[in-house]
Amino acid sequence: MSGISARLGRDGATERTRSERRLGWMLCAPAVGAMLLVTAYPIGYAVVLSLQDLDLRFPEEGGFAGLDNYQAILTSDLWWTDLFNTVFVMAISVAIELTLGMIIALVMYRAIFGRGVVRTSVLIPYGIVTVVAAFSWQFAFDPEVGWINDLPFIADDKAWFGERFSSFAAVITAEVWKTTPFMALLLLAGLVTIDDGLYEAAKVDGASAWQRFRRITLPLMKPAILVALLFRTLDAFRIFDTIFVMTRGAQDTESVSILGYNQLIGRLNLGLGSAVSVLIFVCVFIIAFLFIRGFGVRMQEGRPGT
Amino acid sequence: MGRGTREYGLWSIGIILILIFALVPVLWIVSLSFKTPATIASGDTVWSSFWPDNFTWKNYESLFEGGIDESPFIAPLINSIGIALITTLISIVLASFCAYAIARLQFPGKALILAGALAIAMFPPISTVGPLFDMWRTLGLYDTWPGLIIPYLTFSLPLAIYTLVAFFREIPWDLEQAAQVDGATPFQAFRKVIIPLAAPGVFTAAILVFIFAWNDFLFAISLTSSDASRTVPAALAFFTGESQFTEPTGSIAAAASIVTVPIIIFVLIFQRRIVAGLTAGAVKG
Repeated sequence: MSGISARLGRDGATERTRSERRLGWMLCAPAVGAMLLVTAYPIGYAVVLSLQDLDLRFPEEGGFAGLDNYQAILTSDLWWTDLFNTVFVMAISVAIELTLGMIIALVMYRAIFGRGVVRTSVLIPYGIVTVVAAFSWQFAFDPEVGWINDLPFIADDKAWFGERFSSFAAVITAEVWKTTPFMALLLLAGLVTIDDGLYEAAKVDGASAWQRFRRITLPLMKPAILVALLFRTLDAFRIFDTIFVMTRGAQDTESVSILGYNQLIGRLNLGLGSAVSVLIFVCVFIIAFLFIRGFGVRMQEGRPGT
Repeated sequence: MGRGTREYGLWSIGIILILIFALVPVLWIVSLSFKTPATIASGDTVWSSFWPDNFTWKNYESLFEGGIDESPFIAPLINSIGIALITTLISIVLASFCAYAIARLQFPGKALILAGALAIAMFPPISTVGPLFDMWRTLGLYDTWPGLIIPYLTFSLPLAIYTLVAFFREIPWDLEQAAQVDGATPFQAFRKVIIPLAAPGVFTAAILVFIFAWNDFLFAISLTSSDASRTVPAALAFFTGESQFTEPTGSIAAAASIVTVPIIIFVLIFQRRIVAGLTAGAVKG
């Protein structure tokens, strides 16, 4: 190191390292400030609001309410129904996305030809506005307008949005279509890091394609798979756009984010709505904690995507 | 020999299935946008559903009828483009400073910034909607462009920073010094050597941020109330038919096609960069 430097500061840093530090902090400050502005402060403010009896339709009433809002939510059937809906749609769509995403990633990786075409085409769902995708699938599932009921083995007059779980089927289809490509790209990035020599060696030893996938691909890709799962799970837990467009919460299909929106913006009940927001934040925290502690996700492997 | 042809066939089927999976919903919404109200419900086979019988531009014309004051679409389209572009510009400038510092300088707190950015990427946006709604009304930011640009900045910065750090770490920064040794001024060295090397990464990050801002729906319906700042995704959710007896299916499909086509063209031209940006190596703090 720079032992020759005579200008050692009190903390042992040279003038040069100290100015480098200052420059580093200065360059990062605006971005860090902008990121905190709309997250740290508002979530603190949300906690404060959630402890108030604050309904903008009746602004003169209200005041400190303690944990009343939380009690009202946690004892209501609506919250638990919506939480079930959210987790149900999240679990099924992420499971399908992982399977489909893995297949697409393998096709992209192993394809002898047409790799560029596949890569371009899977990027299209990624780029499309979620609301547009939701409308496209809503019209597709519509018995009058759509084409889903024209497919073989599906009744011509099936009313998908007339019942709870068939509505979920439509919502999950739209979610899977929109987000599988991102999953596939993350998995592909994991696939390309695997040494080809391992497959060759296994082949020589007589391992079948399935065995090679089970014994080589899956274990080596575990970190990449877990990170992709964590990000997609958290993203799916926040589901809002697709359900808002396709059902608006009809037939008991509301998600927790829609519940929060309805309380905050629909009914202008900032107290109750903020309590829902804080509970959603806590849920996200718990999911992330479970993944990191339970599955040992190495967060250093992660990166923001959607 | 036989095995080769069989494999070729299998891959072809796989590729065709993936193409159908990716493209059908797009072809579908475009085909709807060219149907007349009378034929929109027709079609008893999958094929006839996708083929407009009486091809019409009427749905597109209705979007632009009446100029900016009457049209339900022109103002939101301008808002969407303006807000997404401004967000992209500011986000990329801030993220470039930050990513440069993280990739090149030694300073304490680096790992914390990266971890914090990752945490924000996992943050549920709905949790900030209530407080922002309340704050924006007090500050006069409700239903304005900055009212949307600020939250978009926050939630796009982690994506931009991670993408840029990954790219900046790959740049051979020594070239800058080499150029200076060869007699270039520091500014020349930066402009002629570093900018051309960094531009692809910056451009990729910009595409990803633009797609993010273009896509948002939650903030757009929560923090706007009029054409002053409502973006296309939010406007689509409030589209109504020409009369209360007609469904707005055709106009929604037309508007959806208009906001989708530019993204598809983007993706087609820059697919290599987008893939590189989305999968750029994980950043170790």
